[in-house]
Amino acid sequence: MTDTALSDSTHSTDSTDSTDSTDSTHGAHGPHGSRVTEGAPHPSYPFSRAAGCPFDPPPEFAGLREREPFSRVQVFDGTPAWLVTRYQDQRAILADDRFSADALRPGFPPQSPGLEARRKSGKPLSFIAMDDPDHNRVRRMFTAYFSVRRARALVPRLSEIIDGLLDGMEAAGPPADLVSSFALPLPSLVIAEILGVPRSDHHLFQSRTKVLVSRSASGEKSLAATNELTDYLGGLVDEKVKNPQDDLISNVAAAHLPTGETTRERLAQDAMLLLVAGHETTTNMIALGTLALMRNPDQLAAVRDAEGPAQIAGAVEELLRYLTIVHTGRRRVAIEDVEISGHTIRAGEGVILANDSANRDATLFDDPDDLDITRPNARRHLAFGQGTHQCLGQNLARQELQLAYPALLRRFPALRPAIEERDIPYKHDAVVYGVHELPVAW
Amino acid sequence: MHIEIDQDRCCASGQCVLTADDIFDQRDEDGVVTLLDDAPGDADAQARAEEAAALCPAGAITVRA
Ligand code: HEM
Ligand code: SF4
Repeated sequence: MTDTALSDSTHSTDSTDSTDSTDSTHGAHGPHGSRVTEGAPHPSYPFSRAAGCPFDPPPEFAGLREREPFSRVQVFDGTPAWLVTRYQDQRAILADDRFSADALRPGFPPQSPGLEARRKSGKPLSFIAMDDPDHNRVRRMFTAYFSVRRARALVPRLSEIIDGLLDGMEAAGPPADLVSSFALPLPSLVIAEILGVPRSDHHLFQSRTKVLVSRSASGEKSLAATNELTDYLGGLVDEKVKNPQDDLISNVAAAHLPTGETTRERLAQDAMLLLVAGHETTTNMIALGTLALMRNPDQLAAVRDAEGPAQIAGAVEELLRYLTIVHTGRRRVAIEDVEISGHTIRAGEGVILANDSANRDATLFDDPDDLDITRPNARRHLAFGQGTHQCLGQNLARQELQLAYPALLRRFPALRPAIEERDIPYKHDAVVYGVHELPVAW
Repeated sequence: MHIEIDQDRCCASGQCVLTADDIFDQRDEDGVVTLLDDAPGDADAQARAEEAAALCPAGAITVRA
């Protein structure tokens, strides 16, 4: 995926460009100033993490929070933006209607070059890049499927899927790649069932989504997979119109196609957003979260041996805070002049809200750089964003994680990485942070 | 304590239900917030209502003393 799903929201066609853009921003050139555009000598964003600190955000953030909470940066194409590093300022901006999530507005700091192509193509963006009230109107077509009650009702089915995957790992024996054997298939199967992808198509669906999140797939290959999936979902909409079942696509199509509130294309595109936005995120939380626990054996033991759900729920919130895997900032553009904490942002200026920085802000979180699964206020994190774009899938994601970690750790109580720390392939260059693979033994 | 909700503003995040499912609920048809109790009496419930208002991403919950 996806820069795109969680940022520019042009999740479909331009998702492939993401790797290129991020590589050129901080992969090869280092964190600062290597791509200076005339008249805009600002540091390049995103910054790099410090060597040897795979769980900590870039070290620059601490000083910026302290001394320069609104600082100037520029993104890969030279577009300047205000980098906002403090928790309270980010909350204020994300809750403020005077900032737009419309990635096509001039001044919006893009995540990837694909956006330019999208701008020219004239195709609409999905609701992650729309503003209220239109945004909420579209979002509400889907919210019924992601309520707290729905997530709770899924528990038996989620447990069944989890147990099946763990059975597979156990039968194959160690070592296993935790990503491809557990962390990736879980969210993939779950979203397929929610959307209503028939069982006979699961293989096709999973193999294409795997390409989307894979490192080795070329730009062309992942563009092809994206197009195949979008076509597939369009066909699925047609099929569900003819033979409705009790699933998301059938119900949304029945309720909102006849009224003209959505179209076949838009629905396929929004289904693609659900698929893409929920995929790499949940996968990486499972894998990276397990790795973080393996690094903190006492906390791993506490999750494994937890007696009640509250302790596990707390651990999941803390892992979300600590890891903040969506680590290249929420992005917005001001539509009028706005003053935040005495700082003026002018109409047309872009802002980048570094939620990984906010989640380490000591004004809110004590000892913010420590993983502490008993942290009382972990749920205040901004790992799911804030404002009315706050993650639509958060309750589903929470439920998957709350079941996945303890089930995995109980099945394999002695779970450990099967490779050296220095060989772990972290996704430094991706919009959603994590590990490409994680060989484990038990 | 008196609680007010703004259903137009609500984005159906479920944060309130997660915090206090004895006070808030989500409509079946679209996940939008509903109130089960607009004037919780005991201190524990009041504290959770305040926490829900603080966590609500949409600013859709107002709690008055
Ligand atoms: C642990 C896993 C997840 C994380 C960390 C995560 C993170 C986020 C973040 C930070 C945003 C805010 C985007 C913004 O403000 O621009 C977001 C939005 C969104 N997420 Fe998630 N997400 C996760 C899982 C899921 C799942 C499982 C689904 C769906 C099945 C999902 C669907 C969405 C959608 C549709 C949006 C756009 C909402 C809107 O614009 O109204 N996410 N997510
Ligand atoms: S927390 Fe706020 S936005 Fe979320 S469901 Fe409750 S009222 Fe709606």
